Amino acid sequence: MGGIASVTMRGFGNGPEPELRSHGKKIGLCLKTEKGLWVMKHIAIGILGAATLGVMASAASASTLDDVKAKGFIQCGVSTGLAGFSAPDDKGDWQGIDADFCRAVAAAVFGDGSKVKFTPLSAKERFTALQSGEIDILSRNTTWTINRDTALGLNFIGVTYYDGQGFMINAKKLPGVNSALQLSGAAVCVQSGTTTELNLADYFKSNKMEYNPVVFEKLEEVNAAYDAGRCDVYTTDQSGLYGIRLTLAAPADHVVLPEIISKEPLGPAVRQGDDQWYHIVKWTYFALLQAEELGITKANVEEMKTSDNPEIKRVLGQEADTKIGTDLGVSNDWVVNIVKAVGNYGELFERNVGSGSPLKIARGINALWTKGGLQYAPPIR
Amino acid sequence: MASQEILREEPSRGSFVNDPKVRSLFFQALVVVLLVAGVWWIAQNVIANLTRLHIASGFGFLKGRAGFDISESAIAYSSDSTYGRAILVGLINTVIVAVVGIITATIIGFIIGIGRLSHNWLIRKICTVYVEVFRNIPPLLVIFFWYSGVLAVLPPPRDSIHLPFGSFLNQRGFYFPRALWGDGSWLIFVALLVGIAMAWFVARKAHQRQMATGQQFPVFWTSTALIVGLPLLAYALSGFPLSFDYPKQSTFNLTGGFQVSPEFLSLYLALSCYTAAFIAEIVRAGIRGVSKGQTEAAAAVGLRSGSILRLVVVPQAMRIIIPPLTSQYLNLTKNSSLAIAIGYPDLTATAGTVLNQTGQAVEGVLIMMAVYLVLSLVTSAVMNLVNARMALVER
Repeated sequence: MGGIASVTMRGFGNGPEPELRSHGKKIGLCLKTEKGLWVMKHIAIGILGAATLGVMASAASASTLDDVKAKGFIQCGVSTGLAGFSAPDDKGDWQGIDADFCRAVAAAVFGDGSKVKFTPLSAKERFTALQSGEIDILSRNTTWTINRDTALGLNFIGVTYYDGQGFMINAKKLPGVNSALQLSGAAVCVQSGTTTELNLADYFKSNKMEYNPVVFEKLEEVNAAYDAGRCDVYTTDQSGLYGIRLTLAAPADHVVLPEIISKEPLGPAVRQGDDQWYHIVKWTYFALLQAEELGITKANVEEMKTSDNPEIKRVLGQEADTKIGTDLGVSNDWVVNIVKAVGNYGELFERNVGSGSPLKIARGINALWTKGGLQYAPPIR
Repeated sequence: MASQEILREEPSRGSFVNDPKVRSLFFQALVVVLLVAGVWWIAQNVIANLTRLHIASGFGFLKGRAGFDISESAIAYSSDSTYGRAILVGLINTVIVAVVGIITATIIGFIIGIGRLSHNWLIRKICTVYVEVFRNIPPLLVIFFWYSGVLAVLPPPRDSIHLPFGSFLNQRGFYFPRALWGDGSWLIFVALLVGIAMAWFVARKAHQRQMATGQQFPVFWTSTALIVGLPLLAYALSGFPLSFDYPKQSTFNLTGGFQVSPEFLSLYLALSCYTAAFIAEIVRAGIRGVSKGQTEAAAAVGLRSGSILRLVVVPQAMRIIIPPLTSQYLNLTKNSSLAIAIGYPDLTATAGTVLNQTGQAVEGVLIMMAVYLVLSLVTSAVMNLVNARMALVER
């Protein structure tokens, strides 16, 4: 709430500054001249008026792109530590698909993938942080749902990872259990404020099973409780389960049960009401996919610039008099910058969760549409 | 005298603007207007920004289906219940832990506080160490100590520790038999109520008789016999209608019986131990506050040390103790929101989940603030009543 109010107050304080559009500017000046004429008794009325104007001025405040350019970096909301998606490495740098996606957006905007600052958020804090303007992008293994797109005022830009919710148990302690349908009566560890929590309730209810939820706010707390044996079952997105298993005391003892009980399309989200920023983030994602489809990699992107293929030339901004990048609000070589910074989608996937990572997750439905998967980008033209 | 005359004349000489009365009224009015304007401005800001960001607002969401489960609930609740009911479940959980915590903290606090004034060196030192240890550790660490340090290292359900009366203790909590009341068990409760009423009556009569004649009556033993004996008699007369549901081992956990979760236990123990340290100091200060002459005078008329404490010192000490005690009760209630760290579903936890599932942060936080405010005001009101009864009656 403080965030929401402070955004507005900043808008009001900056009343007559040039970054405001004419509408806000006029009102700001009008207030200033008239205020001088008013006598002391009218101060209260003046404040009431100023309050209204402050609100209106903020409505006309600068766009996210301008804000980001002015401060020189992108504020990116990530998880508090989920291997493969966003977790700090031994040097304290954030690694993972979600962290790299923010670097890709920074590369598109600044031509430099390092101009990102990360804000670790719990599941409960994440939406408020985005709504209040504390972060510019929420890239935090967050499931895209209709409620979040409408009532929460967010815009999901796409699905960077198709996931589904699964269950993990300690096979050593529960040798007979090999299906989620045998879990009636179990204590289930789950993170609060997630779609996982809701799917869990639905799944046990529809299968007429009982369970005892053990709910924590932070991922680390859930991990510790499961590892200590406070609950029998751990449930979250399957990719998350593989990541969490690596952090347990004895990873080999734990198995992920075969059932997938939900669709969890994970993707980055931005605030509503700023179409330009929404498009930049969305097309960064599509550019990553397009680069993979065209075989443009981190290693060959410079050579590809001189390619004869008109599509590659167009995507990399080498076409004469191209306006694709500038129309988006970034430079024309934005795709080159993105790929140079993080590689294409395939490289990003393999490095963080696939064969190049300890998680060893197969591409599966996250493969490109040309290879039987669901990842598909509209044409960049 | 001369200066007074000048003061009296000044208002008439000065203009309207310099009149202190008008000035004072003006500035008071100004503060009120500024305050109202400030609040109005913040409210307008929030509303305008919520609209601008296309975030839903209003309290209509309370009627929506919650969709999530809560591990502990004193009232009927399922994922089909409403968000409003989920918040109510959290509120009741907060009240439960606060009430039992307050009772336990008061008992421990009085024992430790009196212990610190003991003539026995060992008891005095043990009580000092208790106070210094718990008073100087943040309550969150005390909660973690009980949760991760004591209860989490208990054996898993398969190797539960067997306790007397069919109770079990393991890392999933404390299990004990649940009483199943059969037909005719209402008679036992009636007998209990009658027993309590009669004990109260006996105590009153005995007091009157002692005041009139100086003769004492064994009130304690009579009362105990009435309160315990009458229900037992009723139990036998109604044909022993009581049976127990014992906890049993199942695939994953113990089922049946009554379960107290480790989350509740650790929060309850931590809050009780922590607040008791402060209450002990308040009690000690209260007793110290009673003049030594009172004790000596009581001893001089021949009262024994127990009677001196009960009849002379404590009633006077209570007047000093109760006001700061209220603050400790409020602290305990508010500290219960630390439950979120160990996953006990108190108000902060359930309202927080509702807030996150609906995205309506402003409303969610407003509800939480209002509820804690009401809880604190109710506690204060009750303690003020007690304080008023304890206050010195001037004759």
